[in-house]
Amino acid sequence: MKTFLLYVMVLLALLIGAYLYRVLRGPTIFDRVLGLNGISTKAIILLIVIGMYFGRVDMFIDISTGYALLNLVGALAVAKFLEQKGHP
Amino acid sequence: MDILSIIFIVAGLFFLIVAAIGVVRLPDVFSRSHAVSLTDSLGAFLMLIGMSLHEGLDKNTLKILVVLALLYILNPVIAHATIRAALRSGIKPWKKETP
Repeated sequence: MKTFLLYVMVLLALLIGAYLYRVLRGPTIFDRVLGLNGISTKAIILLIVIGMYFGRVDMFIDISTGYALLNLVGALAVAKFLEQKGHP
Repeated sequence: MDILSIIFIVAGLFFLIVAAIGVVRLPDVFSRSHAVSLTDSLGAFLMLIGMSLHEGLDKNTLKILVVLALLYILNPVIAHATIRAALRSGIKPWKKETP
């Protein structure tokens, strides 16, 4: 089971790299915001997998919850700012 | 119980890989948001269900289900807000050129 979790962690890191390509060269700024949203979803799952690998899920699940709430507030703030910039 | 959780996690990884391919390959911000929001939600659902099956029945499983409910509120809201801002700031949706 531990070897399988190690492979899952490596594959999730490769997926984060695929999203990072979209963040680095997106044509518009909304592509970059969407890429960051995908990266944060992968990071939430990756934190829980790391907690299962080391046997400390009770600690890592709280970090994951805090990261999810922070991502919600940040992405909504960026979206509202970009929406109001087009219509002054 | 280990076999069932491995099946769920592999199915979730399949959907996450499909979402990553869609994000890299699709032509427009609107279609890319379709790939990110829908497929990513299903993949995260399957992976977190598999992990909570492996953990057994205690308070960590309840916390994983709380994170799952939070992702299901959070992911469509962020996609909707971003796409609404993109449409209001004047980006035209992509259309296939007819030769």
